[in-house]
Amino acid sequence: MTALRLLLRDRVAAFGGLIVLFALVVAIFAPWIAPYPDDAFESHIMQRLRPPSAEFPFGTDNLGRDILSRVILGTRNALLVAVAVVVAAMAIGVPIGLAAGWREGWLSETLMRVTDVFLAVPQLILALALGQLIAPGIGAAMVALALTYWPFFARTVFAETRRLRSALFVDALAGIGASPTRILLLHVLPNAAPAVLVRATIGMGFTILTAAILGFLGVGAAPPSPDWGLAVSEARQHLPEAWWFPTFPGLAILLLVLGFNLLGDGLRDAADPRLRRSRR
Amino acid sequence: MSTPVLQVDGLAVHLRGEGGLARILDDVALTVPRGGTLGVVGESGCGKSTLLRAILGILPRGAETPSGAILFEGRDILSDDGASARGRIGFVPQDPYLSLNPVFRAGDQILEIMRRHAPGSRRDHRDRLIELFRAVQLPDPEGALRKYPHQFSGGQRQRLLIAAALSCDPALVVADEPTTALDVTTQREILALLRALVADRGLSLLFVTHDFGVLAAICADVAVLYAGRVAEAGPTRAVLDAPRHPYTRMLLACHPDRATDLAGIPGTVPAATAQPQGCRFHPRCPIVQPGCAAQAPPMVALGAGRGVACPWHEVALA
Amino acid sequence: MARYILKRLLLALPALLGLVVLTFVLSRVVPADPAATLAGDAATPALIAEIRAQYGLDRPILEQAVIHLRQVLTGDFGRSVFSGRPVAEEILQRLPATLELTFAALFIATVLGIPLGLVAALHHNGVVDNLVRVLSVGGLAIASFWLAIMLQLVFSMELDILPLRGRVDVALGMPPRVTGFVLVDSLVAGRFDIFLDGCRHLVLPAITLSLPGLATIARFTRSGVLETLQKDFVLYARAAGYGRVRLAAIYVLRNAVTLVVTQVGLLFGALISGAVAVEAIFDWPGLGTYAVQAILSADYKALLAVTLVVGVVYAVVNVLVDVAQVVIDPRVAEEGR
Repeated sequence: MTALRLLLRDRVAAFGGLIVLFALVVAIFAPWIAPYPDDAFESHIMQRLRPPSAEFPFGTDNLGRDILSRVILGTRNALLVAVAVVVAAMAIGVPIGLAAGWREGWLSETLMRVTDVFLAVPQLILALALGQLIAPGIGAAMVALALTYWPFFARTVFAETRRLRSALFVDALAGIGASPTRILLLHVLPNAAPAVLVRATIGMGFTILTAAILGFLGVGAAPPSPDWGLAVSEARQHLPEAWWFPTFPGLAILLLVLGFNLLGDGLRDAADPRLRRSRR
Repeated sequence: MSTPVLQVDGLAVHLRGEGGLARILDDVALTVPRGGTLGVVGESGCGKSTLLRAILGILPRGAETPSGAILFEGRDILSDDGASARGRIGFVPQDPYLSLNPVFRAGDQILEIMRRHAPGSRRDHRDRLIELFRAVQLPDPEGALRKYPHQFSGGQRQRLLIAAALSCDPALVVADEPTTALDVTTQREILALLRALVADRGLSLLFVTHDFGVLAAICADVAVLYAGRVAEAGPTRAVLDAPRHPYTRMLLACHPDRATDLAGIPGTVPAATAQPQGCRFHPRCPIVQPGCAAQAPPMVALGAGRGVACPWHEVALA
Repeated sequence: MARYILKRLLLALPALLGLVVLTFVLSRVVPADPAATLAGDAATPALIAEIRAQYGLDRPILEQAVIHLRQVLTGDFGRSVFSGRPVAEEILQRLPATLELTFAALFIATVLGIPLGLVAALHHNGVVDNLVRVLSVGGLAIASFWLAIMLQLVFSMELDILPLRGRVDVALGMPPRVTGFVLVDSLVAGRFDIFLDGCRHLVLPAITLSLPGLATIARFTRSGVLETLQKDFVLYARAAGYGRVRLAAIYVLRNAVTLVVTQVGLLFGALISGAVAVEAIFDWPGLGTYAVQAILSADYKALLAVTLVVGVVYAVVNVLVDVAQVVIDPRVAEEGR
């Protein structure tokens, strides 16, 4: 709880949290907030590429759809993709990190070498290759992103487990006959949780950004999905006339990623007092 | 009589911080005569380091010197035009491990100081430094120029730093507990080296320490600092043999000859933000009198260069 | 020193070998039927069978792996389905363009980032400091492809002061190829006009690509300098009378930069990732556009080769970074011994 209080006192981080909270609310109530919820799929060719006005605050796109509505509806997609990817990456990375960190030996070595190999390729390139090979589309993109992000969790949990393994209380637990599984799940994992949480928060921002790039390159979401990256891609053919078309979806990406990054930074500072100094 | 090398007069240093205004030093006066050796002794938190930083011109941000003067060879180095004279003050820091930048060659770091403050060409500086390395008994003086700090032992690094302090032909050397970070054997070697240098070169030395043993070994005079004020001052031998201030007397009570630990007194040094009124020692003083809390006691001259900041210095301790 | 570099290179080998295995697994195991993937959508069973035989896909998996390894080691990545030319040749043709772009971005990030971080730390809580703080979080949150388009919109379309796409003006043409770097080759050929035009073409993509790096470098320089300023040796140097400027710009910065250099190595991955989108937008004829083209034409051989080459470049850069670190801080080599 002290960590939470510290986080709230850190105004910049609290601001990040506010953005994330706002995005969550928007995502949950998207169909009710959006002025034209049907514009996710319907097109209105008669009103295409209208500049921002009272009727369409963010203007309309090449198919006459209200950009504000599509940005709001896209929030849901962006968050869903990010949460799914991060949870999946955690599901792979955390057990691997625990297993590799607990015992030294060939298994640990192998697991960490595999992790290194995945980290040796820039995530986007790997995700592109994977996504393309599985089958182009948002599902494959998510699988690809999860498969490229898990090593970060494995590394984090590995480091924490190695650190805790030699801690006195772990020795004491082993001494009274607690099983390794029990120690790992009930004692080591909760201690590693703050580091994992920080990783996850930063991973949310990273995933949203990378998913947007995949969408932009045509490997992620497919039309008519109200995906932000896709919208910027579609907008390219209508420049410089329709400046509003790429601007607002791009700003949405910026704001949400900024929110997660600020929050992640704040969490890191709150979770690790040693790092707090460097911010000041 | 010539002007003393260093004369600190009525010096006050205040630090504005989160806890309010801290009066770290108050009305401090001390003198280092030419060729003299003065030891400043006191517990941690008494203001030794601040005094040193004021002399060296490296007070932390937020520190002010509202009153007083530091005269170095007659010039006030607290004033802007006197500050340049600091080039002739050599400094031996407390921790030889942390005081050299690990990513530069040790020799280059000293040569940089010489480049700023000593006349002569690069070659002159090099030659002089090698000569100094020899004087401080550093093994392989020529080779030492090319080494990085981590390639020296702790004692060797302290020798390097002593050489650095001597590199600009200083009129005064200021040493900040230069032996505390070292092991006992090395401590002794470094002290012997300092003593020899002081004797051979006629150096003037200001030596800050919390250790009476070290003090007795190297300093002719002593000033005892308590909570930012000088409690007692005089020739080291005389003060150690017959301390007069209740604080010094209690310090030396257990080992009248060589007290090495200053922690044996009930109570603690007051926080700099909450100094008591009057005599700053009175809350801990066994012979405290009604007037002690009202007014800061002035220095009483005792003759033979001694002084004590306590009007009750003749009262026996309970 | 030489021993350290050798050791560091040897340490990179397992990861590279792992990378070869990974690409193999990607190409043979992930697709349900690699031959069908290769043959494309409109393939007849006969064609698929032919491809299977031609690529040795009908052999045991271990034998395939050995063949794959041998091909990779000899630089044989097969032929592109799209152009029919050897993939290795096409990659070599395009690699310099990507390197030129990433180096330019790295240059901008370093040349701006280090002074910004330094000034921010020295004037803690000042104007520059706050600017750096905003930059260091904002720079990492901006989608590169979006920034690229916005810059194009403003500087190329509206203001019309910088070229929209490409490496050099078509009218001028590429200089005779020596290194593949336009800025180098144009000078070699004595064509100063091409050099200038190349610079103009480089500005927008390089700025776009540099932003995350700029943010990271400024941030780490700032915290590194702040941390170093707390050290005893800085206090000692001040007491010993070091000059103010020299103290900050050389004495303190060199310590702070050790932190930054590690970051540069890690950044290189982000730079290459970013380059994919940025190249696509600025029509930059590098590996990024090649990768995108490979995706669009389902040219998986090309895609895997790009993955492998990028992995190798990344590894090499990180070895270089480690070497640079030893040069800056001699203690590193001894610790690693």
